[in-house]
Amino acid sequence: MYVAVKGGEAAIDNAHALLAHERRGPEDVAEIAPRQIETQLKLAVDRVMAEGSLYDPKLAALAIKQARGDLIEAIFLVRAYRTTLPRFGASEPLDTARMAIERRISATFKDLPGGQVLGPTFDYTHRLIDFLLEAGAELPLPAEVEAAHEATPRVTDLLDDEGLIERDVPDDMADVGDLTRAPLDFPADRDLRLQALARGDEGFLLALGYSTQRGYGRTHPFVGEIRFGAVTAEYVPEELGFAVPLGSVAVTECQMVNQFHGSADVPPQFTRGYGLVFGQSERKAMSMSLVDRALRTREFGEDVVAPAQDEEFVLSHCDNVQATGFVEHLKLPHYVDFQAELGLVRKMRAEHAARRQGTDSELKEAAE
Amino acid sequence: MTSSISHAVRPKTEGYLVLRRQALMALLAEATKDEICQILSDIGAGALAAAAVDLRRPESGLVMLRGRAGGDGRAFNLGEATVTRAAIRLPDGRTGFAYQLGRDSEKARISAILDALCQGDEHVAVERAARTVRQRVAAEAETKARRVAATKVDFFTMVRGED
Amino acid sequence: MSAALASSGPADPVIEAQADFRSLMNALARPGTIEAFAPKLLPPAPLPAGIGSLALALADHEAPLWLDPQLAASDEVSAYLRFHTGAKIVADPAAATFALVADFARMPPLANFALGTDEYPDRSTTIIAAVDAIEADGPLELAGPGIATTARIGIAPWRDGLTAELAANRALFPRGVDLVLVAPRRLAALPRTTRVREV
Repeated sequence: MYVAVKGGEAAIDNAHALLAHERRGPEDVAEIAPRQIETQLKLAVDRVMAEGSLYDPKLAALAIKQARGDLIEAIFLVRAYRTTLPRFGASEPLDTARMAIERRISATFKDLPGGQVLGPTFDYTHRLIDFLLEAGAELPLPAEVEAAHEATPRVTDLLDDEGLIERDVPDDMADVGDLTRAPLDFPADRDLRLQALARGDEGFLLALGYSTQRGYGRTHPFVGEIRFGAVTAEYVPEELGFAVPLGSVAVTECQMVNQFHGSADVPPQFTRGYGLVFGQSERKAMSMSLVDRALRTREFGEDVVAPAQDEEFVLSHCDNVQATGFVEHLKLPHYVDFQAELGLVRKMRAEHAARRQGTDSELKEAAE
Repeated sequence: MTSSISHAVRPKTEGYLVLRRQALMALLAEATKDEICQILSDIGAGALAAAAVDLRRPESGLVMLRGRAGGDGRAFNLGEATVTRAAIRLPDGRTGFAYQLGRDSEKARISAILDALCQGDEHVAVERAARTVRQRVAAEAETKARRVAATKVDFFTMVRGED
Repeated sequence: MSAALASSGPADPVIEAQADFRSLMNALARPGTIEAFAPKLLPPAPLPAGIGSLALALADHEAPLWLDPQLAASDEVSAYLRFHTGAKIVADPAAATFALVADFARMPPLANFALGTDEYPDRSTTIIAAVDAIEADGPLELAGPGIATTARIGIAPWRDGLTAELAANRALFPRGVDLVLVAPRRLAALPRTTRVREV
């Protein structure tokens, strides 16, 4: 029997009004402004931009406010917003070698040209709760020294001479795949994999990256370099025919360098995994680079033995908006489906009981 | 649908003028709306600006930002950014354009007017008026660079064993 | 550039695009009906206003345009369309999402345009062509989805061999091109699902 379900409008309206009230919280506490979120909860804003796949700090901050700090909900809001805007085109590829560096470290080369700078980092903090932040203590100004303004070449360019490290080759004639325009097909090329990972869930990629370290598809990684800072985005409009600087975009880049034993065709060398993420998010960029390298398994003639190497598994499950949609849809009315299942289970139980009874009486007869 | 990169710079406009426009566009992208309005009023081009007509109404949209695998390899789509564009024509026929990150259509429109002005004799005045903004942006960048430089690591190696 | 942009775009792009889209949708949903269609756009000659208005409503940088030789001959038309749509203008009709045809009598064979694939039949070309007149009760008899029994329509001029090409196009279903016809103040459509017969 099909039963249509209707109603609940008043309950829904009231629930949304209650939500707005709860979002505001007690009136004796000042209301939070999006600008405060944008500037003081910057890393939450960065995560929403990265996984919402839309660079707009003001919008991400507003989404966080609307979502009451639920970042996946905020990411969902941003993804929905982007569908309302027309796309003008695609930018020139960001040139991370020309980044205004705010942080740059390498775990493999101590003396990088341009130096290692720590920038604003949680590293080396003691992870002790700072009760001064609660009290609102005045801060000393950060130290300043003469800035050298040296060139900061990417580490991977430095290792190039001996052929010890795999070279990435630009191929500007190739089409750039876009998973927001065409459904994913497997196997997917690296451009599509990187796009999926860049907007993928940080927690999911972190766990997968971790799994490779624990032996599920080991890649022997070293951090060649992590850098964070601003790069200029450039776009060439059809009507102008020259590159227009759109403004600066903050990104984190991770170059993972992985040991590779070589194959029949390729001598032993270091291979690379790459991570690039909107905003300051080292954890995400590092996880992305670990998973990128793991997904290159087939390319290097290695066996796919672990989840992180299985591109269909990784790419089909890394998007948290898709994931939350499918998980959370289970709470929507399934009354009809469940009625059908109820009927089925009742019937199966009756059959089961009849079978048992039959068996019992047969046994009885046999015994007698 | 995929699209290929075919963004060669076409020799449509003379090189020097393009460089001048790009430099102003880069600065205006970093400037605030108030600063841009100030530039317009400093050069006394209010009347000219008021007579500008839209070639295309200011509009917010998206530009897909691309990166390269490994930083230098094959291009991939990193994620989009909100971009607002404007295109205007001055009464004398000069056209001006703006494409800027964000969603501020008023800022984009005034920037487009300044782009049109900087293609003519007014470019000297525009440059002069923009100097304050240029100095502000440069000073902030320098302070940041100095603070970051203070976090540079000086490694020293301990000598171990015998020589 | 300035000369090409002397003709301005729509006064209210969103409202005008939505109105155009609605007319087009109705025409495609009910082949044989004639939609009143009077766009306000004043594009540069020789681009007819109706075709120009539909192109601005539909094309964008991911939907390339093909222009027939008459339109392609005008740099002004190309610059106008490029500026207002952001679309690339392609030389190969098979690479076009939309094809604009000002000289209907010389339109290339339908098979030269993108026909879509069985997986993605939506990737075929929609041809938008200008004609002199669209009349009800003309010599073409239409049947198929969106038509209760049959409908009659007249298109002038009618290109030689087009009736046979439309039959071949119909046979490709779900692949095939869709044809949109624009006369002064009128619009009609012959989607790939429609069977066309001369009576």
